[in-house]
Amino acid sequence: MSSKEKSWKEASPAGVCWKSSITYLTGDWKTFMPVRDLEKCTKCLLCTLFCPDGAIHWKPEKSDIEFDLNFCKGCGICANECPTKAITMKIE
Amino acid sequence: MKNIVKQETMGLNGDEAVAYAAKQSDVDVVAAYPITPQTIIVEKFSEYVANGEVNTEYVCTESEHSAMAACLAASVTGARVFTATASAGLALMHEMLFVTSGCRAPVVMAVANRALSAPLNIHGDHSDTMAERDSGWIQIYAENAQEVYDSVLQAFRIAEHLDVQLPTLVGLDGFTLSHTLENVQVLPDDVVKEFVGTRQLTNVLTHEGKTVPFKLDPANPMTMGPFAMPNYYFEFKRQQEEAMKNAFKVIQQIHDEYAQLSGRSYGDSLLEKYKLEDAEIAVVCVGSTAGTVKTVVDELRKEGVKAGLLRIRTYRPFPAEEIARSLAKVKAVAIMDRSMSFGGNGGALFSEVCHALYDLSTRPYAANYVYGLGGRDTDSKQIRKIYEDLQRIVQTKHVDEPIKYVGLRE
Repeated sequence: MSSKEKSWKEASPAGVCWKSSITYLTGDWKTFMPVRDLEKCTKCLLCTLFCPDGAIHWKPEKSDIEFDLNFCKGCGICANECPTKAITMKIE
Repeated sequence: MKNIVKQETMGLNGDEAVAYAAKQSDVDVVAAYPITPQTIIVEKFSEYVANGEVNTEYVCTESEHSAMAACLAASVTGARVFTATASAGLALMHEMLFVTSGCRAPVVMAVANRALSAPLNIHGDHSDTMAERDSGWIQIYAENAQEVYDSVLQAFRIAEHLDVQLPTLVGLDGFTLSHTLENVQVLPDDVVKEFVGTRQLTNVLTHEGKTVPFKLDPANPMTMGPFAMPNYYFEFKRQQEEAMKNAFKVIQQIHDEYAQLSGRSYGDSLLEKYKLEDAEIAVVCVGSTAGTVKTVVDELRKEGVKAGLLRIRTYRPFPAEEIARSLAKVKAVAIMDRSMSFGGNGGALFSEVCHALYDLSTRPYAANYVYGLGGRDTDSKQIRKIYEDLQRIVQTKHVDEPIKYVGLRE
């Protein structure tokens, strides 16, 4: 346990969150990470809709998608749903 | 006590006394489901709502689990919340009782104590609330309808106190108290209103870095009842234990303040000692049976027997040190349990009282008496028999039967 963690006297009552979930990087739970084959990807964006964590973003400036690995938990739904099999799950 | 308020006498049973106290306490939300022997409480209260006598949102739920869920949800918005239940209803609330105490929601609940099935039984015993003793609720048991009324008024103050912030239940024995008409002295509405006041809120730091009142409020969003990993869950449980410890002082303080107002007090609010000062033999019990025990103590005292009673009024938090002090000079003590702890070493009260006595250098002999299950009457002859047992234990310096069943056909 890190020394930054609060004691019972310092912690808020009943576990009311003192940090935003944006600062809680759930991406560190993952074992597998998605890797994309750019030749196979048609940018159909189905993966952005299926991602349960909203961790795949459409970046209009790049006209491409981007995985947010800070929040991707490595569930593999994107790889499973990709119609062209452009996404594979690799050990992180 | 110079400033005792002039009071009105009303003919109320225990349930009506609860409803009347809740009516006077300016409750914002009541969410409940009827169950015998508590039904009169919610029937009476819904009458108040229908007649426009209270400014309360009354939520009829489809079950007790939902009732407690609704109470919790209402309470975390900063509302004053009340409900009532019994037996299977309390058992169905089981999960939500822990969520309510864990969320530090100061809900007040009356429980008309009743046996649990099977076999089906609607009558009084303490199986329901004793089974919830570890749910994080403060538990106060009343001896008569007057104490029921007084305790419900005090419960709002205790639960909502900033050093406590814990849900509180008031137990009243099913039928013996819930359905028996008594003369009850009630305080005027304005006096109660001033006594209970409005709900206070503690402050909390939110994820936005603001310190705001601890309540759900769209202007200050916060996450309540979140997931806590192994690195934090323990800390929150320790906070609850601290709140229970704080409750000792708060319960006494509010009881004393109420006594100044009403002229009525119940021991030191945690324990009531009856002729215990010089007692050689004593009974320990909770609830309405204490009334019968007092009658027997009076009879025995006339006969020269040094008998006494220790009634535990506040069972959670458990006043262990004070119990040990109170019984230190007693030679033999009978601890009466109105519920079973199957396979346990006697009833819950027996285990805990014995535990409290363990550290004394000289301990009284202790015997357990399980009684009154499923509403079985316990009369003065049976209580007298218990004191006779204690006299024999003192003489023989031996407890032959550590656990006995009162009034059971062998």
